[in-house]
Amino acid sequence: MKRIVFALMTTLTVVVLLFGYNTSTMGAMTGGDTVIASGGDTATSPESQTVTGPAVNTEWGPVQVQVSVTGSEITDVQVLQYPNNNPKDQQINGYALPILVDETIQAQSSDIAIVSGATVTSNGYISSLQAALDEAGL
Amino acid sequence: MKVHRRVEHVMGMPISLALRGRHQDDARAQDAWSAVMEDLRWVDRVFSTYREDSFVRRLDRGEVTLAQCPGEVADVLELGRVAEIASGGAFSIWRPGLDPSGVVKGWAVERAAEHLRRLPDTDFCLSAGGDMVCRALTGPAWQVGVENPFDPKRLIARVPVSDGAVATSGTAHRGSHLVDARDGRVPEGVASVTVIGPSLTWADIDATSAYALGERAAAWLSTRVGRMALVVWADGNITRVQGPSRAIGATRLAG
Repeated sequence: MKRIVFALMTTLTVVVLLFGYNTSTMGAMTGGDTVIASGGDTATSPESQTVTGPAVNTEWGPVQVQVSVTGSEITDVQVLQYPNNNPKDQQINGYALPILVDETIQAQSSDIAIVSGATVTSNGYISSLQAALDEAGL
Repeated sequence: MKVHRRVEHVMGMPISLALRGRHQDDARAQDAWSAVMEDLRWVDRVFSTYREDSFVRRLDRGEVTLAQCPGEVADVLELGRVAEIASGGAFSIWRPGLDPSGVVKGWAVERAAEHLRRLPDTDFCLSAGGDMVCRALTGPAWQVGVENPFDPKRLIARVPVSDGAVATSGTAHRGSHLVDARDGRVPEGVASVTVIGPSLTWADIDATSAYALGERAAAWLSTRVGRMALVVWADGNITRVQGPSRAIGATRLAG
């Protein structure tokens, strides 16, 4: 029984991690630990059981999964909560992009080469981040 | 890795070039840069809606026929036609009167970047007012920062680009000049749209189209082949979008 629960929890963790990875390249990385910590609260029959993980907060909102197991085999995975309370966020599900979202990135850091933004006019350029980069010659 | 930078202004916007590698700061670099700027000035003379003597203004007034314009004018009008269909009409170069600016910028910069592609063993990033073509063959990918539409002094994301284009549409610097061509309304719900793809022509068109579509921006972008995108909503939420790969969507209209 312990082994099954352990396997189950491991799988649940993987599911959550995969979900987190798919929705974001940086979110949900704390989800796994939370799920493992909640383990053990399962039915006693090894034949068929269902485990519900806690709602894990990802960058996009809460994610909660439920796994059904028969014997030692996972028979079903239900995602109880998607981070789709806002319908606009639905597009994120299932995609992993190398776009790093981070509002603390500094334009003047040495590895930002160039800045993409809504059309900068010649007048607006003087005070733009791109001008700072050009000026710094980095 | 040392990067050499140049800036000049044309079409009312700054053109920034970053070069690194073998020809970052020699005569060949200078020649390529001069050719880029010459190209863009030519485009400005032909396509500018601010110059009454441009071919586009004269065509719009009926003073010349399309056949009397340089062939590139017909190319751009065709791009505009395809873009209008692809966006369900949200993007249009007729509003009313001919204004191909939404097509010309990306197209012109992508075209001008050809002069830089001929520099051997040299990486470049050519940006026109925040839309860019990047190539990194000799060194690591260029790190492109995406401006925070709520605070243009800050970045909201970054994208590594080895060979491709990045374009952003929004109202951060110009006020609400982008409208949905179907009803002339300023789109609601979207603060900015950034599109990454193989071609700046289409990254730029798609960013503008998606922005014009407002609430439908991300849903529409997810149908666009070979593009990745970042949508920043007016409420501050961010959506990342990956369009279908080329392999499964190669027959789509615009690529």
